[in-house]
Amino acid sequence: MERYFQKKFECMPLKEMKKLQDEKLVKQVKHVWDNVPYYRKKMEERGLTPDDIRSRDDLHKLPFLSKADLRECYPYGLLGVPLEKCVRIHSTSGTTGKRVVAFYTKEDLDLWSDCTSRAITAAGGTKKSVVQVAYGFGLFTGGAGLNDGSHKVGCLTVPISSGNTDRQIMFIRDLEASIICCTPSYAAFLGERMKEMGLSPEEIPLKAGIFGAEAWSEEMRRDIEKTMGIKAYDIYGLTELSGPGVAFECSEQKGMHVNEDHFIPEIIDPDTGEVLPDDTEGELVFTALDKEAFPLLRYRTRDICKLSRKKCSCGRTLIRMAKPKGRTDDMLIIRGVNVFPSQIETVLLNNGYAANYQIIVGRVNNTDTLDVHVEMTPEMFTDNLGEIEARQAKLVAGMQSMLGIKAKVTLVAPKSIQRSEGKAVRVIDNRKI
Amino acid sequence: MSIKQISVFMENKPGTLEEMTDVLAKNNIDMRAISVAETEDFGIARLIVDDVYETTTVLKDAGFVNRLSDVLAVEIPDVPGGLNKVLKTLSAAQVNLEYMYAFLGGKEVNKAFLIMKVAHIDRAESTLELGGFHLVDQENIVEM
Repeated sequence: MERYFQKKFECMPLKEMKKLQDEKLVKQVKHVWDNVPYYRKKMEERGLTPDDIRSRDDLHKLPFLSKADLRECYPYGLLGVPLEKCVRIHSTSGTTGKRVVAFYTKEDLDLWSDCTSRAITAAGGTKKSVVQVAYGFGLFTGGAGLNDGSHKVGCLTVPISSGNTDRQIMFIRDLEASIICCTPSYAAFLGERMKEMGLSPEEIPLKAGIFGAEAWSEEMRRDIEKTMGIKAYDIYGLTELSGPGVAFECSEQKGMHVNEDHFIPEIIDPDTGEVLPDDTEGELVFTALDKEAFPLLRYRTRDICKLSRKKCSCGRTLIRMAKPKGRTDDMLIIRGVNVFPSQIETVLLNNGYAANYQIIVGRVNNTDTLDVHVEMTPEMFTDNLGEIEARQAKLVAGMQSMLGIKAKVTLVAPKSIQRSEGKAVRVIDNRKI
Repeated sequence: MSIKQISVFMENKPGTLEEMTDVLAKNNIDMRAISVAETEDFGIARLIVDDVYETTTVLKDAGFVNRLSDVLAVEIPDVPGGLNKVLKTLSAAQVNLEYMYAFLGGKEVNKAFLIMKVAHIDRAESTLELGGFHLVDQENIVEM
């Protein structure tokens, strides 16, 4: 039996949902117009006033916001309420430049924890569950987001944060945690450690995992599920929009349901900005309908994916987004070809290797080089040099057909690639351009 | 009568073989034979040791991927033509040799030993025994 946290919204008939979104959008555009001069100016430049936005159908008229806008407005330029109404901030990791700081009112936090509560309930969480939150706590939204949702559902919450893997495993076993929340790369690392300790899936009490905050492949999901004997649920979100829980997966595992009563998703052509129909791949754009403190309209996520209205057998009517291939930020352009780390991961897992890899991009004589370092595993090692080289050649061929360009594969010693407790460092780009 | 060989994965860069042998030395492992095969970026060290279980355990703990395989250890007299005789016997029986390496006598003077990885180990074994060669077993290795 599928369980819902807020059935009214999760299973709302489409017509009612549209009506709800229309009303909220009109109100939110007015809120932004009145309180965020930066966006108001953008609207005025297009000759728009709030009266031009009467329903969801008018959404495409509104200007986009991008990460560049957020940086320009740092720290207070996009604030929608007086600072004294704000109660918390979170911030992005800031790996690609200046950090983005997002603000929350009490109501924003409440709405956000509704979203994560839906995700936890969909993964089987009830007030009887023990939920271990192994996302990082602090400025990162992962820890706080799942922690608050877990409280709201009434689960016994273990706010262990990331790291200290042996202690994680001890708590999972001693407290019989049934759900773990962390990044997929840390889940894989935990699984690896459990395997080393000789724990079989039957000896691991976990039943489900909620994994997000970085791109991961379907093959990696199956691997994690097998090692720990769990069902792995994907979760999606961005600090700019609140954090994890903008979209979440149900037991069907066929894309993530977007919490449409709070966020309207669109897919656009990243080059022209034109809105694309459902089931077409493009850049994901979100409009937050209820956020008070950080009310972003048409925010460009740089995530590449598609949306589907196809009916889901879990009973939810919420539109589903496919697992993003990766952020356009993660996307590498190598010799003019778009390469996502998740594609490389798929080839590795399909060929029997583990998802322990690092991509090193360089430039020699003005030509890009792509070197994938892959850790040797006990399963893939033999005493026969020729056989190892044949497997290596198969990897190179697999990458060539997946990416369309040639990569060099270097086999490296186990554990020589640094493990991550948060987001994995998959790419080292040594190109000086 | 085969013996156990331990193969170890190694990156082809300065210091890796030293690191591996350091683990063996610290754990008082006595090596009978070693050979190293390499490509541009990785290599395989193949070891014959006195204590197989201990060696695989300490190597695994130190983070070295390793694998056990069955190989033949053939005793030959340390004289010209010794190896050639063994190979003649094998080729007559159409046994394919994947790789081999040799070591001299141990405590026994005037003898040499060949470690051979073959495609058809049972056939190679019976052929060599019929040809009058002595195959060393695991216990002999420990005592050597």
